[in-house]
Amino acid sequence: MKRTIFLFVVALAWLMAGSATSAGHHLYKADVDISDKASLQRGARTFVNYCMGCHSAAYMRYNRMGDDLGIEESILQNNLMFGTDKSGDTMTIAMQKDDAEKFFGTAPPDLSVNARSRGADWLFTYFMTFYRDDSRPFGVNNLAFKDVAMPHVLWELQGIQKPVYKTVQKEDGSQREVIDHLELETPGTLDSDGYQNTVNDLVNFLVYVGEPAQIQRRSVGVIVILYLLVLLVIVYLLKKEFWKDIH
Amino acid sequence: MSKLINGGIKLLNNTLGWIDDRFPLTKTWNEHLAQYYAPKNFNFWYYFGSLALLVLVIQIVTGIWLTMNYKPSAEHAFASVEYIMRDVNWGWWIRYMHSTGSSAFFIVIYLHMFRGMMYGSYKRPRELLWLTGMFIYLILMAEAFFGYLLPWGQMSYWGAQVIISLFGAIPFIGPELAEWIRGDYVVSDVTLNRFFSFHVIAVPLVLCGLVGLHIFALHEVGSNNPDGVEIKKHKDANGIPLDGIPFHPYYTVKDIVAVVVFLIFFCLVVFFNPEMGGYFLEHANFIPADPLKTPEHIAPVWYFTPFYAILRAVPDKLLGVVAMGASTLIFMTLPWLDRSPVKSIRYRGWKYRTALTIFVITFISLGWLGMQVATPNVTLASRIFAVIYFLFFLLMPFYTANDTDKPVPDRVT
Repeated sequence: MKRTIFLFVVALAWLMAGSATSAGHHLYKADVDISDKASLQRGARTFVNYCMGCHSAAYMRYNRMGDDLGIEESILQNNLMFGTDKSGDTMTIAMQKDDAEKFFGTAPPDLSVNARSRGADWLFTYFMTFYRDDSRPFGVNNLAFKDVAMPHVLWELQGIQKPVYKTVQKEDGSQREVIDHLELETPGTLDSDGYQNTVNDLVNFLVYVGEPAQIQRRSVGVIVILYLLVLLVIVYLLKKEFWKDIH
Repeated sequence: MSKLINGGIKLLNNTLGWIDDRFPLTKTWNEHLAQYYAPKNFNFWYYFGSLALLVLVIQIVTGIWLTMNYKPSAEHAFASVEYIMRDVNWGWWIRYMHSTGSSAFFIVIYLHMFRGMMYGSYKRPRELLWLTGMFIYLILMAEAFFGYLLPWGQMSYWGAQVIISLFGAIPFIGPELAEWIRGDYVVSDVTLNRFFSFHVIAVPLVLCGLVGLHIFALHEVGSNNPDGVEIKKHKDANGIPLDGIPFHPYYTVKDIVAVVVFLIFFCLVVFFNPEMGGYFLEHANFIPADPLKTPEHIAPVWYFTPFYAILRAVPDKLLGVVAMGASTLIFMTLPWLDRSPVKSIRYRGWKYRTALTIFVITFISLGWLGMQVATPNVTLASRIFAVIYFLFFLLMPFYTANDTDKPVPDRVT
């Protein structure tokens, strides 16, 4: 038996070998906590101030966000809604898709369910790994998203990072420069921890926007499971009672 | 008071009598439930038939409510799903029940099929029962395939594109056939509309009809059991099988326990992990369908991946399609491939036991391989397992004919 398991593990490792080499840069871990309303509120602030110039969240309604995040109507109206005064509206933007394509080469995607396709860790890594690259139209590149068409919108907060290279030997013997890590070149208005917290709040908010129902979902789920457990005891006793005379 | 109760009972009996004179209500109830005798020794593996029926009901009911809010058009489909998730009261719950239900359906059906293979439930006199079951399985795959296009995400779109293009491999008529199925040169609004039609009415109608046939066929021949002995061989003076018990109330109350246990697991997914790590709801399907951007890695949902791995394992496209089709259809030949006089695995010899174990490992491995990016190693492993997959069936007449079967008891144990 042990030998079979060993062989199975070896076989698995051999299968993984081919795919592991194509894996990308290491991912940062985002600390997602949807119950942290203060974090979600800070994330919402960052989102409307920095992201919503170009990105919509067209399936998200302002008043739903206000209700879920505990933001009063007046605060919502005055501080988070710049494009409309109807709080039942969705979080759309004024930029036209055709124009956006002319500006950036590709239209910035709607971010309503972006966190569900990208994942929180990827988003966190994306915001952390912009670096200076003078060959790009906006002067920056990204480790998580190579040759991304987006400028580093949060550069004022993070500052500018520059890549530090190392030399690696390729299989055919030739040498090649690859990015080892990023180094802060010009500091921003936030220190490293402050920026990471800001990014984490933003990612947290994007995860919330991806599925606003998840707050309700988990609390309903607890009640449903408890109900089913009680029901299980009852139906089990019922079964036992009926089956007493079957041998 | 008692007069009133007696009067009520009398009225009920009269009503029942009135109906029975015109429609076989009591007769049907007795034939299929109260006087349908099932073996008393059903074990864990015998829950999945009734659970499949439960999931079918869940899918139909949630499907009806989803249809009330979903828009089958290329422009609005993706948005209408998000509308269901956000603006429809309890829409997220209905949608997750439906999406989890589709995976649950296949889990239950695969376990149900495995039960049949373990206890020889396809063998004489249950060949037609097995065949109707296999048709249900094929129709279920069609239902899942049509439904998967509806959210109009990237995986919906490109999955449909890949599968429809397989028809293009058929000689002479292939390309025209694929175009005819799509109704367009690429998967488009037209395709979405017809898939919607198939998913919500055409295929479910066939599915429900087949499920009816399956149950009728079952109640004609009677259920097999973990011992694989026929309980109808030993009857008492009244013609009731000695080892049989009325389905109702015994198995109705027992199945309710299984239903509650199933619902606990089901709800744990629905409420706490509806994406199931990308296996039940694929991450890439949260990107709206884009005909101009092919995703780097197109993988079907987990329940299709064993067959997808077989498709990719064959270097030639047409032969790959043939192999994939054969791998799903070959289950139908089991009643005639199996030469053993013994039904249940309990009394089978080492050859069939080993073969079935290898087959299970093969099926799961192919499922895993079908999800991976096709590296040379993955392709090689898929080829090896694909060969083993078919050998399980093709060699069956030989290894079951002279197996070291044990004597089968006369009555259930």
